[in-house]
Amino acid sequence: MAIREDVIVIGGGLAGSMAALEAADGDASVRLITHKKSTLRHASGLIDVLGYLDEEEPVADPFAAISELPDDHPYSIAGEAAIRDGLARFDEAVGDTYLGSHTDSNALLPTFGGAVKPTARYPAAAAAGLASDSRDMLIVGFEELTEYNAGMLADHLDAADVPFDVEGVELNFPGEYAHDSRVTRFAKRLDINEDVDHDGQTMGARQALADAVAPHVGDAERVGFPAFLGDDHTADVRADLERELGVDVFEIPMGPPSFPGMRLADQLKDALDDAGVHISAGNPVINYEADGDEIEAVIVDSKGREVPYHAEEFILATGGLVGKGIDSDRDGTVEEPIFDCHIPHSDDRYDWFDEEAFGNQPFAHFGVRIDEGMRPLDADGEPEFANLRAAGGVVGGTDPVTEKSQSGISLTTAAVAGQRARERAAKREVSQ
Amino acid sequence: MSSQPHVLVIGGGSTGCGIARDLAMRGLDVTLVEQGNLTHGTTGRMHGLLHSGGRYAVADQASAKECMIENRILRDIASHCVEETGGLFVKRPEDSEEYFQKKLEGCKECDIPVEVLSGEEARKEEPYLAKDVEKAIRVPDGAVDPFRLCVANAASAEEHGARIETHAPVVDVLKEGDEVVGVEVEHESGPGKRVHREPGTREEIRADYVVNATGAWAGQIGEMAGLEKEIEVRPGKGVMTIMNTRQVDTVINRCKPKGDADIVVPHETTAILGTTDVEVDDPEDYPEEQWEVDLMIDTLKELVPIIEEARTIRSFWGVRPLYEPPGTGTSDSTDITRDFFLLDHADRDGVENFTSIVGGKFTTYRMMGEDISDHVCDKLGVDAECRTDEVPLPGSDDFSVLRDYMDEFGIRSPIGRRSAQRLGSRTDEVLDVDGPNPTVCECEAVTRAEVQDGIEGSGSDLNAVRLRTRASMGNCQGAFCCHRMASELYDEYDEETAYDAWDELYQERWKGERHAMWGRQLSQAALKYSLHGTTMNRDKDAATTDTVISDFTAFDTGAGASPSDGTAGTAATDGGRRGGD
Ligand SMILES: Cc1cc2nc3c(=O)[nH]c(=O)nc-3n(C[C@H](O)[C@H](O)[C@H](O)COP(=O)(O)OP(=O)(O)OC[C@H]3O[C@@H](n4cnc5c(N)ncnc54)[C@H](O)[C@@H]3O)c2cc1C
Ligand SMILES: Cc1cc2nc3c(=O)[nH]c(=O)nc-3n(C[C@H](O)[C@H](O)[C@H](O)COP(=O)(O)OP(=O)(O)OC[C@H]3O[C@@H](n4cnc5c(N)ncnc54)[C@H](O)[C@@H]3O)c2cc1C
Repeated sequence: MAIREDVIVIGGGLAGSMAALEAADGDASVRLITHKKSTLRHASGLIDVLGYLDEEEPVADPFAAISELPDDHPYSIAGEAAIRDGLARFDEAVGDTYLGSHTDSNALLPTFGGAVKPTARYPAAAAAGLASDSRDMLIVGFEELTEYNAGMLADHLDAADVPFDVEGVELNFPGEYAHDSRVTRFAKRLDINEDVDHDGQTMGARQALADAVAPHVGDAERVGFPAFLGDDHTADVRADLERELGVDVFEIPMGPPSFPGMRLADQLKDALDDAGVHISAGNPVINYEADGDEIEAVIVDSKGREVPYHAEEFILATGGLVGKGIDSDRDGTVEEPIFDCHIPHSDDRYDWFDEEAFGNQPFAHFGVRIDEGMRPLDADGEPEFANLRAAGGVVGGTDPVTEKSQSGISLTTAAVAGQRARERAAKREVSQ
Repeated sequence: MSSQPHVLVIGGGSTGCGIARDLAMRGLDVTLVEQGNLTHGTTGRMHGLLHSGGRYAVADQASAKECMIENRILRDIASHCVEETGGLFVKRPEDSEEYFQKKLEGCKECDIPVEVLSGEEARKEEPYLAKDVEKAIRVPDGAVDPFRLCVANAASAEEHGARIETHAPVVDVLKEGDEVVGVEVEHESGPGKRVHREPGTREEIRADYVVNATGAWAGQIGEMAGLEKEIEVRPGKGVMTIMNTRQVDTVINRCKPKGDADIVVPHETTAILGTTDVEVDDPEDYPEEQWEVDLMIDTLKELVPIIEEARTIRSFWGVRPLYEPPGTGTSDSTDITRDFFLLDHADRDGVENFTSIVGGKFTTYRMMGEDISDHVCDKLGVDAECRTDEVPLPGSDDFSVLRDYMDEFGIRSPIGRRSAQRLGSRTDEVLDVDGPNPTVCECEAVTRAEVQDGIEGSGSDLNAVRLRTRASMGNCQGAFCCHRMASELYDEYDEETAYDAWDELYQERWKGERHAMWGRQLSQAALKYSLHGTTMNRDKDAATTDTVISDFTAFDTGAGASPSDGTAGTAATDGGRRGGD
C-alpha cells in the first residue's frame, strides 16, 4: 500500500520539528522522516535570533536590527512577521519551560566558555543566570568534570565587566566515583536523588550537594552549576537545591552531551506526538520521484529496501554540514544530497575555509538559497521544484555563528515553510 | 657552577637533545637552547618511522646499516616511545621484479632481517592491502613518537644536571677573535619555562664549546658566527597526511626505487601517509600545496584502497635538513645522502670551539649524538665513555608498564592502557594522584593527571602540552578539549594566561586542518565552529575581542517571576526531560 500524506518533512531537528508542527496546525496530515539524532544533543538549548551585526556592541533588540541585514539574508526574505511567527510557535510548543517571550530584547547569558551571549529564548533552568541582573553570583564547578573551571570562568566574566560580583568555587561531587565518570553519571545521581555518603552521613545526593555548596555562597544571591542538574526531574533537582541553599539556582548551558538540548529534543517529540504528526525515524531519505517540477515522492532506504513516501508538499530540513544536509568532497563538490539543490560554492576546496579560527568562514554560508516561499532556487534563481521548501541549517547565505542567529533562522524558515506547505496542500485538496 | 667544561648545544630537536643527554651523562656541564618548544623543528614534523634501513638498502647502504643498528638500540632504551609494528615492502604487478630482488639482497647485506610473504600471506596480516599486491618483504620497521623521545632525552639530560632552555632563540654567536665563547639568546617570554607577560630579556651564555644542532637552520647559526664558507644545508620539504583511523597496523612501503607517496606508518589511533621531497629555499616559509595532499591519497590508495574513502584529519609538512658535501653537485634533492656530517669549524673555517652537525635522520639521532660527543670530549680533553646505548631513557627503565593500571588508578581500561603506553615506567609517578582524574581529551584518551604532568614540564604553553600528551590531536582536533586543557592551567596560572593559551591552541588546531577540509572533517570543523562560536560565543567574547557590552541594562532583565524565596524558585515550571530517548 502506498504511503501518502499532505506534507512530508525530511529531518527531525529543531527546524524539521517546528516545520512539522506548523504544517500540522489544521487538517493536513504530516509525516516527519528523520535519520539520526539531530544537532540538538550538541547544542546549548538556547534560541538565538540575532546577536550581532557588524558592530562592536551586541544587538539589544533583534527586531529593530533586522532592517539592517542584506536583502538576501534569510530573515530579510522571510520578513519580521515570520520571525515572530516562528518564535510564537516555539513558545507554544515548549510552554513555560522557556523564558524570554515577555520582551523583544535579547537576554545576555553566561556561556560555559566564560563569555556572555545574547539570546532570545532560554530555558527556565538558565534564567537566574542573566547577566543583566545585578545580583551577585557564585559559580560552582566540579573536580570530576573538565568542561570549565569555576574560578577561571568567574574571573573571565569579571574581565567582561559584568554588573555584579562573581566568584567561582571548585568542589568534589559528593559520593564515591570511578576517577573518570562522565557527566551523565552525575546527572543521574541527582535525578534519582541517590543516597551518598557525605560528611560521615548517608543522605540524598541533592542534600549532599547543597551541603557542599552552602559554605561558599556568601553574599551571592544566585548559584550557577554546569547544566547537569538532573535529567528527567530537573525541575525538582533545582527546586530542592534552591530550598536548601535559600538562593536562586541556574544551569550554565554546556557542550555535548547537552542536557538542555536533549530536554528540548524530548519536548519537541512530545509536541509532535500531541499534534498528530507521524514520525518515521531511523532511515534516511536517499532519492525522490518527480513529474516535471513537482516532486511526487521521496524514497527512503529502509534497511536496503527502497520505500517511496508520497505527498503534496515536501519540506527539506536535513540540517547543514553538521546534520549532513550538506555534503562536500575533495574534488570541490558541495551538494545537497537528496534533491541536488543548487548550493553556491567555490570549486576550489581551499576557498571554503579561512585560517583565522574566527575569520570569515565561507563554509558557514553553505546552503540552499530560497525564495519568499522558502523554495530552494537553482543557479538561475528559479525554484528547483514547485513543491519543495527548505528550513533550518540547510538554508545558507549568511554565517549564523558569528551573527548568533542559528536557531532563530531555523524557527523562521520552519514557520514559513510549514505555513506555505499547509496552505498549498489544502488548496490542492479543494481543487482535486 | 661545576668545574666541568661547559658545552652549549643549539637546537632542541632529536639531534640536540641526544647530544645534550650524551654529554650530560659523561659528566659535562650542558646547556641546550631552543627557539621554540622541544621538537619545534623537523623533529616535530616527521613521519615517525623507526627505520629498519630497508628503505635505503639498495641506494644508500651506509645509512641502512646505521639504521638497523640504532633500530635495535632504541627498541631497548626507548621502549615506551617505540611501537614494534614491523614493516612490509609490497610489490604491485607493475613494480619491477628485479628491484624486489635487489631490495631483498640489499637488506641481507645490511644485516636487516627479512622474510618474503606471498600476496595472500601479506593480506592475512593486513586485510586492507590491495588485492593485486603480489608479494612483500617483511622488515623490522617500527613507529616512534618523536616528541616523547625528545622529551625523555631532555629529561634525562636534566637529571644529569643539564639546563634545558626553550623559547630562547640564539640571536648571536659570541666570539673573541677566532674563538667562539658562547651565544646570546633572547628569552621570548622570560627565562625558564614559559612564563607570560614578562618583558623579553636577553642573556649571554658563555661556554667552552658550542655545538650547532639546528638542522635546516644550521646555515643561519653559521652566519651569526661569521663563517666565511656557508653551511650548505639543502632543505627538502615533505608532506604527511593523517588519517582518522588506523587502516594498517604494519608500516607499508612500496617496493620501488625512491618515489613520492610510497609509505603508510601506523601511529597510535591514526595512520600517516607520506611523503614528498621538494627542495625549498627557506625552512620556515615554503608553500604547502594541495597537489601534495591529493597525491598522497591518489597514490597510496593503490596500496591500501580504503584510504580513498577514509577521512583525513590534517596534513603537515616538514623540511629535511639534507647536507651535501661540497662538490657532489646533486641536482635532485631525493638523491642526497641521508647520512650525517660533522663540520668542525676549526678545521673548516678557522673558528675554534664550534662544531655543526648536519644531515642524518631521526632514527640515528643517538649515534649522531655519540659521534659529536666523542668529538667534543676529544677537543676538551675529557675522557669519558658514551653510555646512551645501554642506559634506558626515563619512562623505559622498568617493566611496571605491564601492570594493570586500570584497577590501580580507577580508570577505564582503554584509557589506562593508552596512558601507560605513553608514559611507560613513569605511569606510576604521573597517574598516582589524589583527586579525581577525569578524561580531558576523549579522542586520545588523555586524563587530567597527564595534562598536569605536561603543564609541569612545559608551563602554560598548551601547544607544548599537546605535543607531550597528544591531547587535542585526535579526530575532533580540539573541538571538545581546547577549553578543557585551558581550564587545567587555572589556579597555577591566571585567567588571562589561561585564555591566551586556549586561544593560541585553538588557532593552531584550526589552521592546521586547512588541508583536510572536505567531507566528514569539514562537518567536524563546522561542529567545532558552532560549539566555540555559537554556544560559547568566543568569537565575540567581550573580555578577549573587540566586542564590548557598554550597557547591560538594555537587555532582558528577567521575566519578573524568577527570584526565589528559597521555597520553590523558578524551577517549578520546568518540565524536565523524559527517559527512553
Ligand atoms: C554545537 C552546536 C551548538 C549550537 N548552539 C546553538 C546555540 O547556542 N544557539 C542557537 O540558537 N543554536 C545553536 N545551534 C544550532 C541549532 O541547534 C541547530 O543546529 C540549527 O537550528 C539547525 O537545526 P536543523 O534542524 O536545521 O538541523 P539538524 O539539527 O542538523 O537536524 C537535521 C536532521 O535531519 C536528519 N537528516 C539529515 N539527512 C537526512 C536524510 N537524508 N534523511 C532523513 N533525515 C535526515 C538528521 O539526522 C537530523 O536529525 C547549535 C548547533 C550546534 C551544532
Ligand atoms: C617529511 C619528513 C619525514 C621524515 N621522516 C622520518 C622518519 O620517518 N624517520 C626518520 O628517522 N627520520 C625522518 N625524517 C628525518 C628527521 O625528521 C630529521 O632528520 C631529524 O628530525 C632532524 O633532527 P634535528 O634535531 O637535526 O633537526 P630539528 O628537529 O630541525 O632541530 C633543530 C632545532 O633547532 C632549532 N633552532 C633553529 N634555529 C635556532 C636558533 N637560532 N636558536 C635556537 N634554536 C634554533 C629549531 O627550532 C629546531 O627545533 C623525516 C624528515 C622529513 C622532513
